[in-house]
Amino acid sequence: MTQLLTMTGIVKTFPGVRALDGVDLQVQAGEVHCLLGQNGAGKSTLIKVLAGAHQPDEGEIHWLGQKTTLSSPVAALRMGVATMYQELDLIPGLSVADNIFLGHERARFGFTRDRRARHEATALLKRLGHAEIPPDREVGRLSAAGQQLVSMARALAHDARLIVMDEPTAALAADEVDNLFRIVEELTEEGVAVVYISHRLEEIRRIGHRVTVLKDGRTVATGLPADTPTSELVALMSGKRVETVYPVREESTVDESREVLRVERLGRDDEFADVTFTVHAGEILGIAGLVGAGRSEILETIFGARRAHEGKVFVNGKRLRAGDVKAAVEAGIGLAPEERKSQALLMDMSVADNVTLASLAKYSSYGFTENGKELKDSRAMLEDLDLRPPDPRRGIRTLSGGNQQKAVVARWLVHGSRILLLDEPTRGVDVGARAELYRLIRELAADGVAIVMVSSEMPEVLGLADRVLVVREGRVIHEAPADQLTEADVLDMVMEGSAA
Amino acid sequence: MTQLEPATGRDTEVPKASAPRSSRSLPVDLRLALLFGVLVVIIVIGWATAPQQFLTESNLSTVLRLAAPSGVVAVGMTFVIISGGIDLSVGSVIGLASVWLTTLATQSYGPFVMVLCGLGVGLAAGLVNGVLIAYGRMVPFIATLALYIAASGLAERISGRQTQVVRDEDFLDFFRGDFLSIPVLIWIFAVVVAIGWVVLNRTTFGRRTFAVGGNAEATRLAGINVKRHTALVYGVAGLCAGLAAIMLAARTTAGASTHGQFYELDAIAAVVIGGTLLTGGRGTMIGTVIGVLIFTLLNNIFILNNLETDVQKIAKGVIIVIAVLLQFRANRARSTS
Repeated sequence: MTQLLTMTGIVKTFPGVRALDGVDLQVQAGEVHCLLGQNGAGKSTLIKVLAGAHQPDEGEIHWLGQKTTLSSPVAALRMGVATMYQELDLIPGLSVADNIFLGHERARFGFTRDRRARHEATALLKRLGHAEIPPDREVGRLSAAGQQLVSMARALAHDARLIVMDEPTAALAADEVDNLFRIVEELTEEGVAVVYISHRLEEIRRIGHRVTVLKDGRTVATGLPADTPTSELVALMSGKRVETVYPVREESTVDESREVLRVERLGRDDEFADVTFTVHAGEILGIAGLVGAGRSEILETIFGARRAHEGKVFVNGKRLRAGDVKAAVEAGIGLAPEERKSQALLMDMSVADNVTLASLAKYSSYGFTENGKELKDSRAMLEDLDLRPPDPRRGIRTLSGGNQQKAVVARWLVHGSRILLLDEPTRGVDVGARAELYRLIRELAADGVAIVMVSSEMPEVLGLADRVLVVREGRVIHEAPADQLTEADVLDMVMEGSAA
Repeated sequence: MTQLEPATGRDTEVPKASAPRSSRSLPVDLRLALLFGVLVVIIVIGWATAPQQFLTESNLSTVLRLAAPSGVVAVGMTFVIISGGIDLSVGSVIGLASVWLTTLATQSYGPFVMVLCGLGVGLAAGLVNGVLIAYGRMVPFIATLALYIAASGLAERISGRQTQVVRDEDFLDFFRGDFLSIPVLIWIFAVVVAIGWVVLNRTTFGRRTFAVGGNAEATRLAGINVKRHTALVYGVAGLCAGLAAIMLAARTTAGASTHGQFYELDAIAAVVIGGTLLTGGRGTMIGTVIGVLIFTLLNNIFILNNLETDVQKIAKGVIIVIAVLLQFRANRARSTS
């Protein structure tokens, strides 16, 4: 076996986060190397480094024993590393052949040679066992499995020696998964290496050779055999941090007599179904689950940002109109969405502008904004939440992730919201600021605010929430008081493993 | 991750002057200063090349009177572009409104109705754009292009491609007259700019316009009716076009389907030169005014120096490129965070 790729001590930081903090990875020719880790462990960043899309701040990459840098996606492809992203990076309006050869078109003197491209595309698809896909079909009209094949054909067209597959089975049916695995086996027999990312341990057992486990941006184990017991893998993935920043359980502040939010059999086609729960004043309800399990969709549907196809939402016993954000806001619900920058913040505007966005009526008379009152109230709220610096005139862009998150919470508190839906509240927030956010969430609950919190970090949910819903593939599969669950239990439930 | 210093205080030490421009966060803006510098340079060039004529009261008064209608259009366009859209239809809408308010039938009701007719046609056309874009989910470029074509056709149909002379003396007397020895047209331009500035910077309407253009999804999730607001923004642009039609009809003493031709392009150019981003969310009314003045004075300098219109056009194109390139640099220098 030749050592194809060696990465040592890879570090990558983004403003406010150390996404990779010393990753080691060795991949041999002809093996399926599986990458395991919880959400946020650094898998996606590592893939992007491999694909040449991110440049590491520290660390070395060796390819076939030679030191190298992956300075751009083109450089990575030239070297022989092709990446199949989870979000397929195909252009739906172009044909199959055009997509396969995008960026290295079959052309002479700038004129495309379509017949040759079609011919070669057919040959590649045939090699993948799907000669029936017409090369001039528009990619957008293919099924998810068909698109996956095109993506793979594209990787092969580059004569890739290493193919990175990010959750390739996420969109596939069972028989399509079998075909994918057959192709992976054929590729490895030809000496191609595959870096395989999946949450499904059973898949890793089926086709994986060796496993590397990431946790908090570090390699915690590498080169493990694929038949390592589940309990051991789960322990590695969830292993306690050296310095725990997760909240310690505190006295519950639930006021059982005041049911504030009731969700009944809520559902949206193809996203989630039959979601039922209640939240009381002062209660923190945690929703645990993997990315893509429907967690954000549930929150956004309660908030009216997505229209419910079935089911009802009640606030203080009054039914909320489906698909009406304004009604939800007026009823006192506030959402701190997962994608803070794209869904919550006006990055070009000041902190005060962001804080008062949902309460403009309160800060204006006859349509004219009352800037003095706005600044005064914003400043008071920023000081309350200990947002630093508490300067409402500052551009929100200059704040760190944790302080931006506080500004989003401030928006709803200024509005007087009593129900907060927090979607991954600590995402992109570094350790010091996380502890502050945890304290803030606890204080809000103590104040009688009802909180629904989604997080992929199990210790966060378990440490903060009073009650936990476990969600998998759009269904609530378990509900229990947080102190009756362990991290391993929940991980196991969300990953459909069979341990414990 | 544990070695990280606490989040607070880390990326927050950016000097205040580099904070992003908000409607009211900064007294001085690098790009506005730059733009003002360009304006000064142009004035100096005008004074140097035509010292006897350029800085005279009669010349400036004439120039501004000519610029007033397109300036009004640019104010409306500023709202549309800050909201993240574009309005290609304003030129044709001016033609349509000018024709409609000068038909014999409209003129027979007197000046008051003529003004209402011009404003009404403009507002209605703008709202059609807005409804198509906000509720019909059409791309602004396409929706307003469609209206651009259709409105000019309607204007030709109403006027029979004839120039319609304005015969109402009261209408002409008022709009062609002076107030405090400054032409009324210039007053209108100034008042519209002032109102535009106040609405953009001191009202919830303006705040929402920035919000929609900066991040429509975040605005929607804050409980604001983004669709209704978008529709209204195009209504504002249409209203401005209607007012410009009235001003043009008065200045030329006629209504014609060819009125307002290419005004949309001049307005977009002035807004962009003024530092408003075509991607929305950022922009200033003062920048737009300076953009309008730069174009107008440049035109004037060329005419005073007997240069052909072809040279003017080339110079305008070059100015747009330079202005936008300079702003891009200034932008990049700012957003180092």
